[in-house]
Amino acid sequence: MSIYLNKDSKIIVQGITGGMGSKHTTLMIESGSNIVGGVNARKAGTTVELAGTTQPVFGSVAEAMKETGADVSVVFVPPAFTKDACIEAVDAGIGLLVVITEGVPVQDTAEVWSYLQSDKNHAGTRMIGPNCPGIITPGESLAGITPHTIAGTGPIGLVSKSGTLTYQMMYELKDFGFSTAIGIGGDPIIGTTHIDALAAFEADPDTKAIVMIGEIGGDAEERAAAYIKDNVTKPVVGYVAGFTAPEGKTMGHAGAIVSGSSGTAQAKKEALEAVGVKVGRTPSETAALMREVLQSL
Amino acid sequence: MEFQAKELFAKHGVTTTLGVVVETADEAKAAAEQIGGVTVIKAQVKAGGRGKAGGVKLAKTADEAFGHASNILGMEIKGLTVNRVLVTPATPPEEEYYFSFLLDRANRQYLCIASVEGGVEIEEVAKTNPDAVKQIAIDPGTGVDAAKAREIATEAKFPEPVFEQAVEMIEALYKVFVEEDATLVEVNPLARLAGDKLEALDGKVSLDDNASEVRHHDHEAFEIKDETDPLEAKAKDKGLNYVKLDGQVGIIGNGAGLVMSTLDVVAYAGEAHGGVKPANFLDIGGGANAQVMADGLDVILNDPQVKSVFVNVFGGITACDEVANGIKGALEILGDAATKPLVVRLDGNNVEKGRAILDELNHPLVTQVGTMDGAADKAAELANA
Repeated sequence: MSIYLNKDSKIIVQGITGGMGSKHTTLMIESGSNIVGGVNARKAGTTVELAGTTQPVFGSVAEAMKETGADVSVVFVPPAFTKDACIEAVDAGIGLLVVITEGVPVQDTAEVWSYLQSDKNHAGTRMIGPNCPGIITPGESLAGITPHTIAGTGPIGLVSKSGTLTYQMMYELKDFGFSTAIGIGGDPIIGTTHIDALAAFEADPDTKAIVMIGEIGGDAEERAAAYIKDNVTKPVVGYVAGFTAPEGKTMGHAGAIVSGSSGTAQAKKEALEAVGVKVGRTPSETAALMREVLQSL
Repeated sequence: MEFQAKELFAKHGVTTTLGVVVETADEAKAAAEQIGGVTVIKAQVKAGGRGKAGGVKLAKTADEAFGHASNILGMEIKGLTVNRVLVTPATPPEEEYYFSFLLDRANRQYLCIASVEGGVEIEEVAKTNPDAVKQIAIDPGTGVDAAKAREIATEAKFPEPVFEQAVEMIEALYKVFVEEDATLVEVNPLARLAGDKLEALDGKVSLDDNASEVRHHDHEAFEIKDETDPLEAKAKDKGLNYVKLDGQVGIIGNGAGLVMSTLDVVAYAGEAHGGVKPANFLDIGGGANAQVMADGLDVILNDPQVKSVFVNVFGGITACDEVANGIKGALEILGDAATKPLVVRLDGNNVEKGRAILDELNHPLVTQVGTMDGAADKAAELANA
């Protein structure tokens, strides 16, 4: 078991012919993901050779889904076209939409989210990202850019705003392994949230404990803490990056900006600890806390 | 800054008075003479509380404008030096209102905040009389049309004599918000002047960097170089994601989250080494080739405060051997310009190859440490030496 993604997932790649798209499609295939094709309206009807496979290129997400039965799409198109790519995938009724693209205008994401929530989205697409590493269910499937070689399958569910911290944490805990690791992205507006992932991990029988990685900015961690209090029975270990970040400066992630007293790492740590989440000061300390939790289960 | 916000307001049909932006007291005097009558001299910095800091003064004559401008130019407001002042006609408001559109992260939509009870003192009003501050959700899919603008004006209780003007202004302000890809458009105060004339007296606009990059290349003109730290400016020219901080340990890493985490770990490690702190944030992203690494090191080594550098890379997609070659190449490019000790921690993809490259290089400035915590400690120790 896992969340959102498993061995039966059939994945298409929007932007499969681009530099990022072809490179990471190759890596996804090598990891064992079931990639069934890609989308590029201008190259419809052609094929691309990736990792020893021949991938058909379709003119639209709808056509790709009809021909291949795909239920997951990974988006690598440039930021100027990401909104249209997402709307197209939602219209086609894709089940899971993983948006890797970095640098998407936040109002574009807001419009996509509004569209996702509207009545037109009958099929109920779940969006992850944008500006995220995607999702990996080790040993089964990878939809995104997380290196599949870091860690194998195991009892930990991981949800993180940051890509490299996801990798770091998977590496620290590679001897235990992961049910699913999901990077939700650091933009101000994102599809799947910490809370969504916590709910899914709570319901997943193979996930025994959860690592939640946050960072400064916004109040997603505080809201996640409130959710954990009432809804999560599995042990949660947390980490928050950005204790030393100055106020009013953007630290790479568009969402990681501290304004006023809210959004600080300290406030997030306190909110999480108040509901019984053990919070590490560093990635290694966080990993050590998770070890203790797993050894006591 | 205010004058830039007003330019955007005017561009989209929001009633405002642009005034004249000047950089010397002489120019302020000339502007005041040209405007005639009583003028206001306002410090132009990206900070609130300018009035309280003494950065906003009323001038009855052009000579007074000269005097106020002399005092305000060069003054510091919240750590920012005032390099220019705005001279506008003094138009004492009969009433002050507050209005803004902003990104509502938590609800993943837009929010309109409006109050006819308070202008400048909106935060006080929000505390003492929260009912007077209306919050109206805006669906990004449908936005604000004439009907929605009317609904907002009604909800906010704009008084009858200025109601129609308010409706028009709300529509125009929403145009500023969406057409410029703002994350905040704020008018404070929105003033009711003599003769029931509604005008944006002061304002603030925050723009989305991603959108500016994708579709508003004209926004570059809003960037005012003299307020940017010279190292930040240099890094920006080279396309690096760099933020200058006040510390001694230079930081280079890959991925925003990991770099933020590295700053924290270095700050903790510094507690045991004379309280040294991280000197900067620098995310070199996924493709850490020699040139990017050299550019990054070049910026950091030019920071006179920096005593040591911590390169912290987790090879996810990036292979550690590429990073190690990047460091090697960077040291070759920099030559004698590289003078400060480098602590390198590599982990992840191809780590053995990467470490072997640096072992072989055997550079006197480079120390390798296997873990993030250990490397942070070493870098802090070297910065305190």
